[in-house]
Amino acid sequence: MTLPSADPNLEPRLSDKPPLRDDTRFAAGKIAVFQYATVIIFLFLMSGFWRLQVQNPEFYGERAQQNSIKSVPIPGPRGRILDRDGRVIVDNHSSFSLLLARESAKEEHLRPIAQGLDLDYNDLAARVRRVRSQPKYVTVTIKDELSPADLAFVAAHLDFFPELVLIQTPRRLYPKNGMMAHVIGYTGEISEDELDLPDFAKYNQGDVVGKFGIEKQYNDTLMGVDGQRQVVVDNRGTVRQTLAIKKAVEGKDLQLTIDLDVQTVAELAMQGKNGSVVALDPRSGEVLAMVSRPTFDPNKFAVRIKSKDWKEILDNPEHPMLNRAIQAELAPGSTFKPIVALAGLSTGTVDDKWTTHCSGGVALYGRYQHCWVSPKGHGTLSMHNGIVHSCDVFFYTLGSKLGIDNLSFYGDLVGFGQTTGIDLPHERSGLMPSEKWKLRYYRTKWYAGETPSVAIGQGALTVTPLQLARAIGGIAVGGKWYQPHMVKKPLDQVKMAEWALNPEHVKTVVDGLYGVVNEGGTGVRAALPHIEVCGKTGTSQLASNDYVKPAGGGEDMRDNAWFVGFAPRDNPEIVVVALFEHGGHGQFAAAIVRDVLKAHFDKKDRVTQLQQNQTRTVAALGLGLAGTAGVAPPQ
Amino acid sequence: MAKYLSPRDIDWTVLLIVLLICGVGVLQIYSATRDTDYTSAWWKQIVYVAGGLFLMWLMMAIDYHSMLHYVPALYIGSVAALVITYFIGEKAYGSKRWIPVGFGVHLQVSEFVKLVIILLVARYLTELRTDELEIREMLKLAGLVLVPTALVMKQPDLGTSLTYLAILIVCAFLAGLRWKYVAAIAVVTVVVLPIGWQFLNEYQKGRIVSFMDPESDPQGKGYQLIQSQIAVGSGGMFGKGVTKGTQTQLRFLPTAHKDFIFSAFAEEHGFVGVSILLSLFFVLVMRIVQNAHTAPDRVGMYLCMGVAALLLFHILVNVGMVAGLMPVTGIPLPFMSFGGSSIWTFFLALGLVNNVRLRRFVN
Repeated sequence: MTLPSADPNLEPRLSDKPPLRDDTRFAAGKIAVFQYATVIIFLFLMSGFWRLQVQNPEFYGERAQQNSIKSVPIPGPRGRILDRDGRVIVDNHSSFSLLLARESAKEEHLRPIAQGLDLDYNDLAARVRRVRSQPKYVTVTIKDELSPADLAFVAAHLDFFPELVLIQTPRRLYPKNGMMAHVIGYTGEISEDELDLPDFAKYNQGDVVGKFGIEKQYNDTLMGVDGQRQVVVDNRGTVRQTLAIKKAVEGKDLQLTIDLDVQTVAELAMQGKNGSVVALDPRSGEVLAMVSRPTFDPNKFAVRIKSKDWKEILDNPEHPMLNRAIQAELAPGSTFKPIVALAGLSTGTVDDKWTTHCSGGVALYGRYQHCWVSPKGHGTLSMHNGIVHSCDVFFYTLGSKLGIDNLSFYGDLVGFGQTTGIDLPHERSGLMPSEKWKLRYYRTKWYAGETPSVAIGQGALTVTPLQLARAIGGIAVGGKWYQPHMVKKPLDQVKMAEWALNPEHVKTVVDGLYGVVNEGGTGVRAALPHIEVCGKTGTSQLASNDYVKPAGGGEDMRDNAWFVGFAPRDNPEIVVVALFEHGGHGQFAAAIVRDVLKAHFDKKDRVTQLQQNQTRTVAALGLGLAGTAGVAPPQ
Repeated sequence: MAKYLSPRDIDWTVLLIVLLICGVGVLQIYSATRDTDYTSAWWKQIVYVAGGLFLMWLMMAIDYHSMLHYVPALYIGSVAALVITYFIGEKAYGSKRWIPVGFGVHLQVSEFVKLVIILLVARYLTELRTDELEIREMLKLAGLVLVPTALVMKQPDLGTSLTYLAILIVCAFLAGLRWKYVAAIAVVTVVVLPIGWQFLNEYQKGRIVSFMDPESDPQGKGYQLIQSQIAVGSGGMFGKGVTKGTQTQLRFLPTAHKDFIFSAFAEEHGFVGVSILLSLFFVLVMRIVQNAHTAPDRVGMYLCMGVAALLLFHILVNVGMVAGLMPVTGIPLPFMSFGGSSIWTFFLALGLVNNVRLRRFVN
């Protein structure tokens, strides 16, 4: 049976072909094949969803979270550093840091990013590579302290580089011109080596920790705890929702004992010179000022020091990173003489009536020792004049009478040869020579001929400026040596060494030191009107004069100038040590000490005056005279 | 003949399923486009579906036999339109597929060409009046189909062009292409594939490479595949809930209201939802095959099977891509993906099936 063709109109054209059944049964088998294929295809598809959704939903669920949940650190700012009056020395300023969110980072973006931000591509690539083994949510800091140009670049390219994350971070702002750089120190990103140390176990990679100075010593106090914000972001990096916030904890402020007024004057006085100034309150051990020159700019470290800058500092032959106040170990020269004098009196070797004659030199142990005024001489000298004129012959003689045992005992007593324990890292101890020391390190006995040079503060004796300030300050207050410290604390918590000195002996020495400044001694440059300044110069040799003078005496070989001064004579409240490297003579250091002392007492006067005015005003107000008295501007 | 037609004879099962799928699609489009530039997409889609129903009704009304008259004209018109698209088409997503027809409407010609291919193949195979398709005839027909296929591939739109070949292959198989020819075609394909590889675009190559190894470039070419699998996998058994899918809502999933709509659906409705939706699609295909069975003549059978093949191919490639079983080829999911051209084409195809069904009781 034949059926009409699908379309009657087509028939004429197709009529030459043999007619065929036009039913669909011929294809039934093949349609069944198609149906089976359909079943298989749907089963195939279902198997795919079964594998993804039923067998591994956790795996993909986790990846979906990684996609959308980002952890952004909230920096906990470091505490500020304040001076003794609460004035801010180190503050934080807000700066922008650029992070790389590695979840969405693309390798090929690094180069244009590095170019746009003026960074070294290799450096950046290496930094990204270093964290490759860590989880993706760990971000990489691309650049800190973004300049306005950098910010503009980031803002303009956020669409192209969704991996860029801008966060605000508090940054350390240190005083300019390297002021107090050695005291404050600096911070930096924790290093790999430090991470291995037990002290740093609680810190994480990327944390900014103190590396030097107060920043290092009091890192735990100053350091804040970073918080974290967990946010949901979309594929463009836009924050859609905040899931959790761990608040950042601010670091605690730290109040130093430093007096900014005194410090500033000390800094200025040391301008253009190498050396150090230390000012202490001998009644408490509080450090009022501490300067070391040459200095460096801690702001260069505040981010990540450039290798060029770091090399410059390392290669500098003057070692700007050395805190000379606690790390310079130098011969104290004549500043040691007051201690020798005290030893002479205390041991009863001599009394204040004892005199000796200076003819410009003295022969001791087969060697003729010159006085510094040689070829002239000081004539016959009492102890008072011996100190005032810093006569070497007087102290050569006294020293050899005392012997090395007595000298080293009193050296130990005032703290030489041991660290003061100040709350700053890397303090050095200096050296107080003794028989025991000679035996231990040189395996030879002490020769009596070595004693005279120790007695004038030369030889193997070395001290740091801080040790000297503590030693003289302790004598000045009558035998109480308080531990120098940088951070304010109650007096009863300050360690103190005491020795029952005879007040008479102390008075003899102190009067001598008064004479140095006020009776035409070597320290007249330290004199101040209306203030009884006492002090002692020191001119310590780097090498024997016999060697230096013929060689022409280059700048490097000139003597170091020392001065240690305190005031007032009775109940001293400040002791200042100035070390002026290659200053030539102690009198040049005396001028520095005078400036610092003046700053201290000027301020004290001003404060007293202000307080008096205030009291008067309060009193006036109390009497009901408010309208008439007013508040007089303090002058 | 028209007087015998009755609305009762429309395949209501198919229509109901299709409307269900469309409803799920609209809901999913709404969910995927919240707070984006496309928030109006869901109601636009409703308009498209309404228009689609109208087009389906139109398509049912005209006897499919008389449609076959116009096959040569439609074919030439299609090729011409594709050539015009090639020259004046609007470029989007790196390919020229759309021609503006005024009033801001852009039509994707290649979608409608699918119907022309179905009509062309059905008429050609019927007119052969043979139970065994000769290879010579097969090659002629293939030549006719390859012209629009090549034009669409050139747009470039690999996915759509492959749908034409899918229709051709299924219908040729039904027409009695001998097994040895089927085998021969398979062998030739295997041989030609590496050569054809040379003619693919960089991005087409990239898609196939990333299908083989998506993790080789997770941020680049493998991105879509990986994000889609993450979306599907993280949906788990019961899904994250409507508008709760993170991959969809946070836009990690690319084109979540278009080609990857099934991925978004799988994330928010889980394996249970996927099973139900795939079952609907399965019943839909099977019902259309059933209509092919009951077709009054061969042309009707070919038309229905052409539509079934088209649908099955779309489902296989789109859903397979979403599940990571197929490489990324941008073809939409029938009745769900957002887009007027696609929706209308499938409603027209549905009209074609109903057209055949309404006339199944001739004689």
